[in-house]
Amino acid sequence: MVTILVPTPMRKVTGGQGKIQINAQTLQEAFDHADAAYPGFRERVLDEQGEIKRFINVFVNGVDVRTLQGRATPVHDNDQVAVIPAMAGGA
Amino acid sequence: MLGFTNEQIYRYSRHIILPDVGGAGQKKLLKAKVLLIGAGGLGSPTAMYLAAAGVGTLGIVEFDTVDLSNLQRQLLHRTQDVGRPKIDSAQDTINALNPDVRVVKHKVVLDSTNVMDIIKDYDIIVNGTDNFPTRYLVNDACVFAGKPLVDGSIFMFEGQATVYDAAHDGPCYRCLFPTPPPPGEVPSCQEAGVLGVLPGIIGSIQAIEVIKLILGKGDSLKGRLLLFDAMAMEFREMKIEKDPHCPVCGEHPTITELIDYEQFCGVPFPAAPELLEPELVLV
Repeated sequence: MVTILVPTPMRKVTGGQGKIQINAQTLQEAFDHADAAYPGFRERVLDEQGEIKRFINVFVNGVDVRTLQGRATPVHDNDQVAVIPAMAGGA
Repeated sequence: MLGFTNEQIYRYSRHIILPDVGGAGQKKLLKAKVLLIGAGGLGSPTAMYLAAAGVGTLGIVEFDTVDLSNLQRQLLHRTQDVGRPKIDSAQDTINALNPDVRVVKHKVVLDSTNVMDIIKDYDIIVNGTDNFPTRYLVNDACVFAGKPLVDGSIFMFEGQATVYDAAHDGPCYRCLFPTPPPPGEVPSCQEAGVLGVLPGIIGSIQAIEVIKLILGKGDSLKGRLLLFDAMAMEFREMKIEKDPHCPVCGEHPTITELIDYEQFCGVPFPAAPELLEPELVLV
C-alpha cells in the first residue's frame, strides 16, 4: 500500500481524509485506484489528456515525479505520494 | 563595539552572544534591506520578528485598510486600527517594537509598471501576498532582478514555505507552477477561511529564512518546499529543482517581460475577498 497525501482543497473527494492508502505499482495506478475508491480524485489531479495538471506537483517520497518517470513512476509499499497544488493565500 | 550604542548592545545581546550571529551578524541585520509584499497574515509575524531582530530597513507594499476580520490573525494591526491604512498601523507597530527600524512605505498595488523600481533597493523580497497575479508578478520580477524571494502561502490549515533564488541555481515559482491555474480550478480569490495561528507559523519560518540569508548561515529552503499541516501537525519536505524548461528562468525563456494577470476567477484584480463556505470554493 502506498500513502497518498491529499491536499486540503481535494479532501472533499476523500471524505475529509488527508491521507489515503492505495494498492498500486505505478503512480498512474495509484491515481486510478484512488479514483475507484474516491470518485473524482483523478480529474482533480490529471488534465483531459491524462497528464498531471501544470499547477499541481506530485512527489514520490519527496521527489518531483517530473524528474522521475512521470505517471509511469513505480511505487512500492510504504511509499508516500504527495499531491501539492499551487496555493495563493497569504493574508 | 562595531559602532553599536550601549542600548543596542543590550537590546540585541541574545543575538550577539550567539556564535552564528555575533556583533558582525547583528551589524549585517541592521544594514539589511528587506521588502515585505503584504502586511497581512504572513507579513505580520515576518515584519515583527524581523523588526525585533533589528533588520534595519523594512519596506512594506500594502494598499489595503485594516478590517475587523483581519485581526483574527494579522498581528501588526489592533482593534483601534480598523479603517486605517494597514501600512500606517504596520509602521506604528514596528516602530513601537524597535525604533532602530526604518520603515519604507509603498502604498501601491504592485503591477508590471512599478514592481522593478520598488524591489531594486532591497536585498531580499518576502512574499506574503494573497493572490496568484501578484505571486507571478513578484516571482518574475525577482528572477529578472536576481533577488532571492522568501515565499510562503497558506490555505485553511495548511501552509507552504520555500526560498526561490534563480540567480543562484535555485528554482523559481514558475519552475514548480509554470502558469497560473485556470480560473476556478484552485481556491484562491475567495477566502475559504484560515486558522489564525497558521500564518504565524509560516510567516515565522519566512522570517528565519530571511535572517539566515542576511547572515549567510545555515541551509536555506532553496530547493526545498516545506509543507505544514496543522491538523496532522506534520512538517514535510519536498525536493524542488530548477526546471531547465522554465518559461522565465530556464535555458530558453519564453517570458521576458512582466505580465499583469488582471482577470482572475472572473473578477477584476484586486478582488475584495469574500467569505464563502469551504465547499463552495473547493476544486
